[in-house]
Amino acid sequence: MALELKIAGVDAGYGPVKALQGVTLEVRAGETVVLLGTNGNGKSTLMKVITGQVRPTRGTVTLVIDGQSHDLTQLPTDAIVDLGVALVPEGRRLFPKLTVEENLTLGAFRKAARAAIAGNLDFAYESFPVLKERRRQLAGTMSGGQQQMLAIARAMMSSPKLLLVDEPSVGLSPLLVAQTITAIGELKQRLGLTVLMAEQNFHQAVRIADRGYVIVHGEIALADASVAQLRDNSIVKELYLGGVA
Amino acid sequence: MRGNDVAFAFGAMLFVAAAALTTFLVGNEYPFFAGYVILQYIVLAVAWTILGGYAGYVNFGASAFFGVGVYTSVFLAKAFGAPLLVQIAVAAAVGGFLGFAVGLLTLRMKGIFFSIATIAVTIIIDTFIVNWKYVGGAAGIQVVRPPTMAPFESYVKMLFVVQAILVVIAVATARYIQNSRIGRGLQALRDDELAAECSGVPTLKLKLLACVISGALMAAAGAPSPMYLQYAIPVAAFDLNYSVSALAMSLIGGTSHWLGPVLGAVLLGVTQQWLTVNISSAANVLLLGVMLVVFVVAAPRGIIGLFVRKKSEKTP
Repeated sequence: MALELKIAGVDAGYGPVKALQGVTLEVRAGETVVLLGTNGNGKSTLMKVITGQVRPTRGTVTLVIDGQSHDLTQLPTDAIVDLGVALVPEGRRLFPKLTVEENLTLGAFRKAARAAIAGNLDFAYESFPVLKERRRQLAGTMSGGQQQMLAIARAMMSSPKLLLVDEPSVGLSPLLVAQTITAIGELKQRLGLTVLMAEQNFHQAVRIADRGYVIVHGEIALADASVAQLRDNSIVKELYLGGVA
Repeated sequence: MRGNDVAFAFGAMLFVAAAALTTFLVGNEYPFFAGYVILQYIVLAVAWTILGGYAGYVNFGASAFFGVGVYTSVFLAKAFGAPLLVQIAVAAAVGGFLGFAVGLLTLRMKGIFFSIATIAVTIIIDTFIVNWKYVGGAAGIQVVRPPTMAPFESYVKMLFVVQAILVVIAVATARYIQNSRIGRGLQALRDDELAAECSGVPTLKLKLLACVISGALMAAAGAPSPMYLQYAIPVAAFDLNYSVSALAMSLIGGTSHWLGPVLGAVLLGVTQQWLTVNISSAANVLLLGVMLVVFVVAAPRGIIGLFVRKKSEKTP
């Protein structure tokens, strides 16, 4: 399946605050691309720009599917979900007062997704057996790790082709971070997904990454780097190791 | 599901038939005079629940929509001598349009900010009507009832049946929304709007729809009021009491199910009518406050919540 996400020269912000400046980034079919950066550098804003929740003031966001170009800056979020883009939002953002199964069903809110709901539900339970055990439990009463699994499974309910994952490691213990990242990697392999993941946990993120970008203060500081380049790069060391070069 | 629908339709018809039948069996007008008010509150509370309960947007503008219904009728009666059904239909349309406009302007705000904006809407429209001399301005206006229609012996009895039909329309609408995808979408955006958006719920569209439906029903509830009172005055039509009552009745009954606001409105409405007759009309405002406090403490999810919780506790 031919799929390509092209972000070019994007500026975006909240009122007078500029969160992104001239961001250019590409994700190609079947890749796992990581967007690295510490808190407050614009990772989440970029995710929201892709899903149409924040509109860029400049630049283009294009999703090419099978040769057809879609301008995401002109589409509402629900139409972007219909195109096959799903976001696992930062901090999980489940529906806490609904059960696990209701959360999953809501992930298939779109008409196209409802047709495949039974199969996708089976797939979610098979991929995350703990969710099956707890399918009648209220989502808000589960542990952080289980909630993260549910958030990923919910996003998968819309049968996405491009999965966006925003900071899956937030609020999780190191062991659970590793499990979550592994789960994302496995899903990607099994379904042939294309993944764009924003993350600040460098070592975990690069485990499943094909390429990476580093974002600093809303600008891409290191573009289109291989995993080896990321490991050697001085910007990454500065960011993560406090300038010890 | 289909069996439920049939049962509901049957129940609704039975309700209207019973309401109509009693107007012929009971000679005294007072029960219908009081009953009309209770039915009117059911419509208001059910309408409030669609936006305030299902979607979680706490609206203090019920009095604005109610008042718009009242004054749409006054205007139509004075300008064209329009019959009651036309008044109600046009009032619903105006209320729906107002809901759309208000929604477009205010739904980007959340929580308390949205609520305050809806109070402002009441004040703005109230001020507008107070300064509109054609419909009586601040001093109010006398409304002459058209002649009573055929099968009914008194106008109040007829209005009672009309309001009973409005109750059925409001409840059927709320029930449909609750059981449909619209209801699930609203529930999702109430829990977490951003997450709902990520799941492809068209949040703004659904909120606007809830606003339009809720506004139309509230205005329709107010539309027969000038004929009922034979008088309209802004102070009464835009009384904040309507907003507070609609909210309190919904919260007391429970906002997660369409039956909640019905129970709340019946419970509170009947008690208020009883207090007004037996003690004083000021006592019913006190009652509203006391009941709200009691329910917030003892049954935060309303009467309906007491039953729903028991059910979910049984199935782990």
